Amino acid sequence: MDWLQQLINGISLGSIYALIALGYTMVYGIIKLINFAHGDVFMVGAFIGFYAIKGWGLSFLPALIISMAFCAVFGVLIERIAYKRLRNATRIAALITAIGMSLLIEYGMIYIRGAQPEAYPADVLPNKAINFLGVHINSQSLFILLTSIILMIILQFIVQRTKMGKAMRAVSLDMDAARLMGISVDKTISFTFAIGSALAGAAGVVFGVYYTKIEPLMGVIPGLKAFVAAVLGGIGSIPGAMVGGIFLGVIESIVSAAGFSLWRDAAAFVILILILIFRPSGIFGKNTREKV
Amino acid sequence: MKKKFSKVFMVSALAAGILAGCGTGNQSASGGGGNSDAFKLGVNMELSGNVASYGESMTKGIEMAVAEINKAGGVEGKKIEVIKNDNKSEAAEATNGIIKLTSQDKVNAVIGAATSGNTVAQAQIANDTKTVLIAPGGTSPTVTVDEKGKVREFVFRTSFIDPFQGTVAANFASNNLKVKDAAIFSDSSSDYAKGLSDAFKKTFEKAGGKIVAEESYVGKDTDFRATLTRIKAKNPSFIFIPGYYEEVGLIVKQARELGITAPLMGADGWDSPKLVDLAGADALNNTYLINHYSTEDPDQKVQDFVKAFKDKNNGDAPNAFNALGYDTVYFLADAIKRAGSTDSVKIQQELAKTKDLSLVTGVLSIDKNHHPIKSATVLEYKDGKQVFNSKINP
Repeated sequence: MDWLQQLINGISLGSIYALIALGYTMVYGIIKLINFAHGDVFMVGAFIGFYAIKGWGLSFLPALIISMAFCAVFGVLIERIAYKRLRNATRIAALITAIGMSLLIEYGMIYIRGAQPEAYPADVLPNKAINFLGVHINSQSLFILLTSIILMIILQFIVQRTKMGKAMRAVSLDMDAARLMGISVDKTISFTFAIGSALAGAAGVVFGVYYTKIEPLMGVIPGLKAFVAAVLGGIGSIPGAMVGGIFLGVIESIVSAAGFSLWRDAAAFVILILILIFRPSGIFGKNTREKV
Repeated sequence: MKKKFSKVFMVSALAAGILAGCGTGNQSASGGGGNSDAFKLGVNMELSGNVASYGESMTKGIEMAVAEINKAGGVEGKKIEVIKNDNKSEAAEATNGIIKLTSQDKVNAVIGAATSGNTVAQAQIANDTKTVLIAPGGTSPTVTVDEKGKVREFVFRTSFIDPFQGTVAANFASNNLKVKDAAIFSDSSSDYAKGLSDAFKKTFEKAGGKIVAEESYVGKDTDFRATLTRIKAKNPSFIFIPGYYEEVGLIVKQARELGITAPLMGADGWDSPKLVDLAGADALNNTYLINHYSTEDPDQKVQDFVKAFKDKNNGDAPNAFNALGYDTVYFLADAIKRAGSTDSVKIQQELAKTKDLSLVTGVLSIDKNHHPIKSATVLEYKDGKQVFNSKINP
């Protein structure tokens, strides 16, 4: 039953990638910006969750909500301070700003609290092994999967069923036309950043509980992997990010399971290259022709 | 472990050496100094700087041993006189220190330094002046063997070397735990881990054991579940994980979550209070690590030392560095006794012949590379506390 165990390992890892990838894809969908600071919002979320649990003695759910709220505000601040004034600048200028923002958050965090790692307390979620067909499923990983799925359902509801979601979809389709229809584009973009960052914050807390160790540079690799996941699923597509994330997690598990654990990170980036060569629009992306 | 630090010191010391120029800033602990009947022992230690705590601890152990030996009549009828030099945790200062000790103070032997890098910085001078140099704590193989693989004749050490811990782990697994099949999960990005896994594999297979899985990870990884599942499928009865606590903590936690109940073992890279935070006390049960010694060792020699040390230091228990410093003096005194002379060349010959010398940190013999073959202490984690398990003789 090894393959089943590996599948579960992969899905747990992938659901974290998916949560981060959602933020990437939403921001890209709406302002065509790869927000490289997104991985660092994830890191900040992990730390806020840690301080909420360890410092204030809160349990998992309140810590998750506090971290999401803080990251939502943080994401909007990043957008307002760094990206808003570049909205009409070249895309490369915005991209470079995003990289700068990422470094600022990482090293700002090290400046504030130092580079040493922290360990999430082990008893945040009940940690019991469930034996199912010879497969060890940890109750923590079930909780985490459940949290991810619930968050994705809420997101899907917001995007498809609410007025704000409708505005988001309209802005991503055509910003100018949306403005002409009376939609507040600025407000919609801020809202997108808020939701994307809140999801990254949630992913941070989930990561902390699942992997224990958090540190200021922890966002770099998951951030890049989530970016790959977003491209894999079709950047700009919300279901694409979910599927891409889980798919990537499973592939990484398969690579390790086959005995190539040292190649695991390379596999993710090989996928990125292959996707960009053969199907740049990803699994769920639409082939759009450049408008003249 | 000290190797990692020492590299940093070498670099910073190069810069500092230029600035420091000729300023020696040395100090002599003994007032008299002119006593020609004394055996002069230079102590070139890190008494200030980054690793001052190592140097101070060792010096404390050295002084305690010297006081005991002097009380019992000294060596070859001579009292030992300690001449201290502070190398400021810098390689250039360590070199300056041994030059001063050998040329001005005309010492008979030198003990130092606490780290591998600062000892290597003294090795050339020790060999050139034919002065015996003993490092209490340099665990890197390069302390006594130079880059070309040539033994540094006058340089010795008291602590075991890094790869030796792999041998100890293999012996512990086959003799104490009686396991026949083991897996190795090693950090592919560290020489320390590689040296340990090679030594483990060699010794374990020699003892008739079988390595059923050999996997590696890259430092800074956080997800080890896929590889651990792979290891679990091979069902090893023992897993050797030579690595540093940051990754090991996560590996131990994830291994237990996947239902791996086999004993896990590592070396001194595990030794950090953070390991318990990362892995959790429950997951750490049935795991073992290697260290130089334990205060809980029931051995009479250890208990006498612990008691004597506590009496002198307001009840503070001695750490591994205190013990290594203490042992180094007895290691030297034993060679002088066998040589029947305080001539350095004769001492050097006898040091190299040391066999089965019983010390606080274990029974010590010196091999042809001047690496000690000695016993190591295995500690077991019980509810997040390190508990003495056994002493493994090579």
